[in-house]
Amino acid sequence: MLKIEGLTAEIDGKPILKGIDLEIPTGEIHAIMGPNGSGKSTLSYVLSGREGYEITGGSATYNGLDLLAMEPEERAGSGVFLAFQYPVELPGVGNANFLRTAVNAVRKHKGEPEIDAMQFLKLARTKIKALQMSDDMLKRNVNVGFSGGEKKRNEVLQMALLEPTLAILDETDSGLDIDALKIVADGVNAMRGANFSSLVITHYQRLLDYIVPDRVHVLMGGRIVKSGGPELALALEAEGYAKVAA
Amino acid sequence: MSAQPSGTQAFLARFEGLREHLPGGRTPWVAQLRAEAAELFGAAGLPGRRIEAWRYTDLAPIAQAGFSEALTLVRETPALPPMRAPYRAVFVDGRFAENLSLLPGSYRCGSLAAGLDGAQGLLGALAEKLPLVALNTMLFEDGLLLDLPADTDGGVLELVSLASHTGRPIAFHPRHLIRIGDGASLTLIETSTGPAGAAYLHNPVFEIAVGAGATLSHVRIQREGRAGFQLSTVQAAVQAGGTYDNFTLNAGARLVRNEIHAALLGPKATCHMNGAQLAGDGQHADTTTFLDHAAPDCASRQTYKTVLAGKSRGVFQGKILVRQAAQRTDGYQMNQALLLSEEAEIDAKPQLEIYADDVKCSHGATVGALDEAQLFYLRARGIPAEQARAMLVQAFLVEAVEGVTNPIAQAALAEATEGWWEREAA
Repeated sequence: MLKIEGLTAEIDGKPILKGIDLEIPTGEIHAIMGPNGSGKSTLSYVLSGREGYEITGGSATYNGLDLLAMEPEERAGSGVFLAFQYPVELPGVGNANFLRTAVNAVRKHKGEPEIDAMQFLKLARTKIKALQMSDDMLKRNVNVGFSGGEKKRNEVLQMALLEPTLAILDETDSGLDIDALKIVADGVNAMRGANFSSLVITHYQRLLDYIVPDRVHVLMGGRIVKSGGPELALALEAEGYAKVAA
Repeated sequence: MSAQPSGTQAFLARFEGLREHLPGGRTPWVAQLRAEAAELFGAAGLPGRRIEAWRYTDLAPIAQAGFSEALTLVRETPALPPMRAPYRAVFVDGRFAENLSLLPGSYRCGSLAAGLDGAQGLLGALAEKLPLVALNTMLFEDGLLLDLPADTDGGVLELVSLASHTGRPIAFHPRHLIRIGDGASLTLIETSTGPAGAAYLHNPVFEIAVGAGATLSHVRIQREGRAGFQLSTVQAAVQAGGTYDNFTLNAGARLVRNEIHAALLGPKATCHMNGAQLAGDGQHADTTTFLDHAAPDCASRQTYKTVLAGKSRGVFQGKILVRQAAQRTDGYQMNQALLLSEEAEIDAKPQLEIYADDVKCSHGATVGALDEAQLFYLRARGIPAEQARAMLVQAFLVEAVEGVTNPIAQAALAEATEGWWEREAA
């Protein structure tokens, strides 16, 4: 379970997160919705360990581990996955090589044996097929020349391969057409289960039609101002943040 | 009390003492070449930083080291790298080691010292009047003499240079003469290594003649010991329709100067110069290229990547000269540097000099650090920081390395570059 208590963080001296309290029990999917600048992406970066954010107070633990004290790779090894809002292009790094290196790094962290190139390809092809993607994706450099939709699919493929127990989806729906949105949602729903939790960060309710959350939280001004069931997302869509949060 | 002889004077004194004992010392045409070289070297001296071409590379450590010539037979054979190609010529301290070599029998390929008589007209034919070339001419003891007849496929040949453990600072100046006949082709994979703690100077000069329609793919893997010095000069002349490809990896030595001069002398000649420099703490890596477009419809491509860690310094100087006759020249040059530490420094000086009016010529340069967003992306996928850095360093090199297509050369290169950063960071 992910437990965030009184988390405050700033960038360049500017407070962004002003006391986040949030619990995601194992097996649940929670959505965080909020207007631009409310701190949604900062929360996802702070949880996954990106540099440049000063944690000024509070805590974040995952299954009892002090997340904030861990290196990003340790968090990933412990089952935390961040699906990037803007997946990074890596010219000169082949996608297959990247994915296998990541899979083996996480396996190593878990004390599992590494898999060789053949085993990896077999695994990757199975996942790619399940996600209705093209094998071609493996041959290209990581995200280089990928369309917005392809980048997001590549994120979902990484998630499927790394099999995290906590997936943070940072506006994974942005820039996706409806078909791509369904593929991404199917990828997340396929992982749904007793040992999988997810924090779905989104600006729009649309994604939540496909990934139905257990809880919805409204983030505004660096704080969670309201929480509720899936119906809260619909209310936000219909009435706007200002009115619902008021 | 007399002052210590400077580096220049020490080398000249060495020559005076040895001149009759050096190969060809009693052969008039060789003796004359050496005497002329001594005169040139005496007048110019070891190049100092006041000379524009040497502004960024200081040879003072070489002048101060008091190198003496090898000239004694090696008793202990240094460890040989694994043999990769069917044939190889091995040089120990600049001298041909017959017992370690396996030479092709189908064309002339062997020791220059042993075949000096046959080198008249070749030796010195392409050498420019450069001080380090003169130093080499003055003191060379041996080298590779390779003459590939026209329309012959020479396959792959390895050229291995080893420095031995002599316990004293030695200098060796091998002279390699390579002639690729019209329509012939050869891949030459050169590896130079030496013991980690030994101070030595390896000062090779290549004179390379590529005939019409001929191809030489020259892959150089410099992994000298970290206390060693390499000053190398390649002079290549390419005839019509011929191709000279040079790929140089600088991964070793305390100081290296890799100077490549290529002249495209006939129409539709091509030259590719690619390279990677990996320098860690205390290392200095300098690649200086000169591309002389002297004939029409020629093409040249240069891509150099320099990665610097610790307190290191990298230099890239690249000049492209397009003579008036060289219409429709297609020239391209790119050099990029990746700085992995605050203390690393790169100096880059691209230079275009164009006298023809119908020319396509471009150059570019970039300097940067590792991209934090890329690094975080890899780490967020569970890849440990050092491994992630190594992946990004490797990715940075891809563009320069991908021009090397021979699988044997690729393997040698991969071995030298993979894990470099992890070793450097350890």
